[in-house]
Amino acid sequence: MTDLETVVGYVFLAAAACFVLGLHLMNSPATARRGNLLSASAMAVAVLATVVLLIDRGTITTTGWLVLFAGTALGSTAGLYAARTVQMTAMPQLVSLFNAVGGGAAALLAVSHLVQSAGTTELAARVTVPGAVDVLIGAVTFTGSLVAAGKLQGVVPGRPIVFQGARSANVVLALGFGTGAIWLVADPGSLTALLLLVTAALVFGVTMVLPIGGADMPVVISLLNAFTGTAVAMAGFVLDETALIIAGALVGASGGILTKLMADAMNRSIPAIVIGGFGTGDNGPAIAAGPGAGVRELSADDVAIQLAYAHKVIVVPGYGLAAAQAQHELAALAQVLEDHGVDVSYAIHPVAGRMPGHMNVLLAEANVPYPQLKEMDEINPEFPQADVALVIGANDVTNPAARRPGNAISGMPILDVDRAKSVIVIKRSLGHGYAGIDNELYTDPKTGMFLSDARKAMTMLKGAVQALVG
Amino acid sequence: MSTDLLAAITVFVLSVLVGVEVISKVPATLHTPLMSGANSIHGIVLIGAMLIAATADDLVSYLLAFAAVAFGAANVVGGYVVTDRMLHMFRARPAATRERGRSS
Repeated sequence: MTDLETVVGYVFLAAAACFVLGLHLMNSPATARRGNLLSASAMAVAVLATVVLLIDRGTITTTGWLVLFAGTALGSTAGLYAARTVQMTAMPQLVSLFNAVGGGAAALLAVSHLVQSAGTTELAARVTVPGAVDVLIGAVTFTGSLVAAGKLQGVVPGRPIVFQGARSANVVLALGFGTGAIWLVADPGSLTALLLLVTAALVFGVTMVLPIGGADMPVVISLLNAFTGTAVAMAGFVLDETALIIAGALVGASGGILTKLMADAMNRSIPAIVIGGFGTGDNGPAIAAGPGAGVRELSADDVAIQLAYAHKVIVVPGYGLAAAQAQHELAALAQVLEDHGVDVSYAIHPVAGRMPGHMNVLLAEANVPYPQLKEMDEINPEFPQADVALVIGANDVTNPAARRPGNAISGMPILDVDRAKSVIVIKRSLGHGYAGIDNELYTDPKTGMFLSDARKAMTMLKGAVQALVG
Repeated sequence: MSTDLLAAITVFVLSVLVGVEVISKVPATLHTPLMSGANSIHGIVLIGAMLIAATADDLVSYLLAFAAVAFGAANVVGGYVVTDRMLHMFRARPAATRERGRSS
């Protein structure tokens, strides 16, 4: 090891430490931005150190430099453009795309390393085993994340796509990449084995995510995130770069934890989600809007009176709010209420939105101060003191049926909306949620329904409250 | 088993444990920025891609290296920028101006 290599090694170590510190600073919204900047600076320094290392080694060809600069320029521009222009509602798609390219890059590393070594150096098992795993996970993540992004964007239908013989196709594919991986380890120089592994894994990524419904996306994105982390760590083993191992392990842990949290919050086991099932992403047949059995309908003025004379209002935003892009209108309504002396807070279910924590970002974008955003465990004891629980576009996560055994959502953690003194539900129609069952909350005598698009409803209510309080 | 490999596996296992410990403390409010921030961290694959590009010497490996570098760079740059954009929106108090329109 030359002196410079040693120095670069220490720089990488410092960068890895900064990544951990950066993640640690994310434990509070007040310090999170600093954490991200620390992490980004560490990454920049690590990349520069690599450039210095490459110059010093001098093995890189002119074409190599061209490839490096062109690739970096293209990738940075694309990444920067996407990051600057993306709508906050489209964040899950973007995170999926970044996941796809990360996984893809990790797989390409191993492929490239294996191709370059083919016929020249004999690779040991300590390179080929993680190499095969890297290619497998990276390729599955690449296509899987692309399909997930397509589903979230609506390019690929959100409903589970199940075709005849899907299960046997998956078995064949699994055999394909299994054989490819073992063959590759036995004979690292074999391009056929590599090709078999890559192809089977790429196709498997597609067939794995296609049958998963839109509502299960928070779990899928987290799972793919964990995959990418693992793939990057494996790439670290292949290249013998500790920094990649550490960073990959951190991301793998983060993805793993989020996957578990999301699956628990949806009351679904991870295998059940991956195999596919309910969670269609499309609303079931809507009951015609109109007075349904035992449902009390309210006018905008009724709702405005209830809100204006309440002391404490808890807002329960769901995906309907995000889909209607009504977060700004909601924040405006809340501001009017607060100016009138009403205590407003927000109850956020872990799976509100399309990825972990999505709803918080949408509300933060609408300038809602984060101390008002309460997690489920924190807000549930407060519902009995609330005069009004205002449910906007949320369904299954408010259904008291979850406390009873014997139905599709039994055992799912819910927001105790039914314990508030009164409940107002704003919803487009009386249709079902993803679980496809009736929401008992709607027929509760203290519940009033205001059937309208979330965005229009917020604007109307703001006007009505303003007229009332002057 | 070589000591090198053992050391690498040790680093991996300890990093997973550190990750679990640190990330369990992140509040649900920040889960989206956490995921996108973690995404940018795995953009370190860019460094690996650069090392691979340095040893490339034929068309196939140049192409593979190009794709890997481009993917890695998009991951790093886009990930950090979008995370910063999101975190910038989290405020403890409402902005001083009464304008509750778009921030950022």
